[in-house]
Amino acid sequence: MSSSPGHAVPGEHYFVPQPSLYPVILSAGMFLLAFGFIQVINNFGPGKWVMLGGTAVILYVLFGWFGRVISESQSGAYRDWEDRSFRYGMIWFIATEVMFFAAFFGALFYVRVISVPTLGDMMATHGTSLWPEFAGTWPTSGPKGPAFTPMGAWGIPALNTALLLSSGATVTWAHWSLLRNRRRQLALGLLATVVLGSVFLGFQAYEYHHAYNELGLTMGAGAYGATFFMLTGFHGFHVTLGTIMLIVILLRCLSGHFSAERHFAFEAVAWYWHFVDVVWLVLFVFVYWV
Amino acid sequence: MSIATTHPGGHAAEPYQGGLRRWLTTTNHKDIGTMYMMFSLIMFFVGGLMILAVRAELFQPGLQLMKPEFFNQLIGIHALVMIFAALMPAATGFANWMIPLMIGAPDMALPRLNNWGFWLLPPAAILLTLPFTLALFGIGDGALATGWTFYAPLSVQGGMGVDFAILAVHILGISSIMGSINIIVTIFNMRAPGMTMMKLPLFAWGWLITAFLLIATLPVLAGAVTMLLTDRHFGTHFFDAAGGGDPILFQHLFWFFGHPEVYILLLPVWGLMPHVLATFSRKPTYGYKAQVYSFIAIGLLSVVVWAHHFFTAGMPVPALIYFMFSTMAISLPLAVLFFCWIATMWKGAMSFETPMLFAIGFIVLFGIAGLTGLILADVAADAQYHHSYFVVAHFHYALFAGGIMGVMTGVYYWLPKWTGHMYCEKLGKLHFWLTVFSFNLTFIPQFFLGLAGMPRRIPDYALQFAEFNAISTVGAFILGLSQLIFAWNIWITVRGGKKAEGRVWESAEGLEWELSSPPPHHSWETQPVIK
Repeated sequence: MSSSPGHAVPGEHYFVPQPSLYPVILSAGMFLLAFGFIQVINNFGPGKWVMLGGTAVILYVLFGWFGRVISESQSGAYRDWEDRSFRYGMIWFIATEVMFFAAFFGALFYVRVISVPTLGDMMATHGTSLWPEFAGTWPTSGPKGPAFTPMGAWGIPALNTALLLSSGATVTWAHWSLLRNRRRQLALGLLATVVLGSVFLGFQAYEYHHAYNELGLTMGAGAYGATFFMLTGFHGFHVTLGTIMLIVILLRCLSGHFSAERHFAFEAVAWYWHFVDVVWLVLFVFVYWV
Repeated sequence: MSIATTHPGGHAAEPYQGGLRRWLTTTNHKDIGTMYMMFSLIMFFVGGLMILAVRAELFQPGLQLMKPEFFNQLIGIHALVMIFAALMPAATGFANWMIPLMIGAPDMALPRLNNWGFWLLPPAAILLTLPFTLALFGIGDGALATGWTFYAPLSVQGGMGVDFAILAVHILGISSIMGSINIIVTIFNMRAPGMTMMKLPLFAWGWLITAFLLIATLPVLAGAVTMLLTDRHFGTHFFDAAGGGDPILFQHLFWFFGHPEVYILLLPVWGLMPHVLATFSRKPTYGYKAQVYSFIAIGLLSVVVWAHHFFTAGMPVPALIYFMFSTMAISLPLAVLFFCWIATMWKGAMSFETPMLFAIGFIVLFGIAGLTGLILADVAADAQYHHSYFVVAHFHYALFAGGIMGVMTGVYYWLPKWTGHMYCEKLGKLHFWLTVFSFNLTFIPQFFLGLAGMPRRIPDYALQFAEFNAISTVGAFILGLSQLIFAWNIWITVRGGKKAEGRVWESAEGLEWELSSPPPHHSWETQPVIK
């Protein structure tokens, strides 16, 4: 743990932003989104429109709030002290994301190691079972689940692994270029990362289509289907967010933002990208492969 | 949107925003802290009213006032409101107000995020309580009726009140995570020059560990209720054995969050105690390092003991033994804390102002929570006590006597600093004695009810439990009414009263007492240097 105190320059003032309406508007948007969603899944009220309204409000705030932060950053309001706050903040935000995925990996390991084998052993251990025929092998959709074909690892998933790993390399290339002030290579590196991420998402969409239409593999396909779609689905959602963030960073680079010394937003997005990369590796091993 | 030009290298004085706009838009840690405290106080009464309705129903055997379905809704929403909307915001309010003052920081590290963290709470509270209202209009069947634990399969089959609670928990979780990130960053990055981690005030240390626990466990709760949502509406089988899932999986995920949550509620209070005890004993805190290491040890242990909440659900024996002994191991660092609190008072020149009374009351009553917790941690004994009123009494000693009385300690201790006025000492003492008396009157009978076998979460009971229930209900109503004194005392202190000095308490130590009471809107813009 660092024993050196917060800031090194005596008399330096920390940047405290002016009052802002964005946070409370964002909360209102999230309320509309949540309330509309509840209406949609329970079939009452004008849920779809409430959700749409909430989404519009959230988008408005995202543009406004991030726009505000970018203009503050460009005006030179943030120096080393503020920069460090953002870095710590992003690190611990990613830590919460890690724990969110840990919940779903925990569920996967639990069904594979505990609940499915236990269900399969009921006859042997208890002499009675609701489902005496159930073998308890993985992959399974459970004793009463529909028949399905599990997703193989060495087709599209392996290709996707290669894509994401390469994108980790290209974003690092972009970072090195930024540090050496080679703006052209910086833009190319980011563009390549965006393209790789988008191709990954395209393959993922194709894979889902294939799963639903040809393999009988759906969210309803028992423990396998549930963990498969929730893990890959939330991962895909994060890749989508990461790709959008990379596009924003690319556009900012093209407008001349970021310098070799000051580029927190770039690094934050790069960290996020590496995070989704690592989640994919674990996912590839435990969801697709073994 | 009122946004003035930014001033690199410093910040301009904020244009004063009057009325509602000030509170909606503020980025000031003191304003946000005040909003957290006020929200917490309001929700404390909302949750209290719910449980008074429950206690009124339980005054006599038989069904008097409400249908069992409504009773079930009240107990679940009471718990969620008290935990997520009363206790946690109170602790976050303390952190917002006091950590920047204590560590010599100009504000929280991420002020706009701070505002967002607060303003997520009202929408979430609306989501939690809205189903009651909708049910009046014939939409849905009321709020979550599963108890606050959402156990599957009941929650998978429950009405749309469950969906409201799931979404509310998501938003409350985002709020707490934003608050935690902000507190961690503030403590790591905003300390005054010379304030090393081992000079950090214990209150900040307690909150630092709390924030790490929130970051480690709240996302898991979010994941668990997300699985619940997809099991309810999108056809997954996480908690359905017919699909290879398991209802017990939900309990594992829930309590992986739920047990650390107990320490999330208590660590800020444990951090506050040594400050109060030292001030009114006129001695330095005993065992600073021991307390820091105990916080860390408790934080680490709290995430590996969760399954003691469902010993009776069925687990392999080695797992039972592991969870039993790891749970009991928490009593070691906790005993260190108790020892330090008592040793701080030892041979001190003690005086007994209201915060000190609450602190001592906290130590005694929270001690009872700890000792009854040891009984529940014993697998064999727990088979008898599980899901009985003994458990209810135990965790109210932990969360009311430990959590809420701890918060009251802090409120009385810091209210003069926040408002610039002394609270009314007479009313404060009256509030303390009424609270301690009626709290014990409410919950001691519940220990006996539990030992005699009365199950919790039941609106009706056998005749043999009638006397203790009647006593408990009388206690609960006195307890509830006594809190009006608390609210009144806060009200008159905010409005006026004897002027408080900067160093409100003569022997209080720490940077927060170097400032005037109330402190200027922006404090420590130039950081103090700690020698």
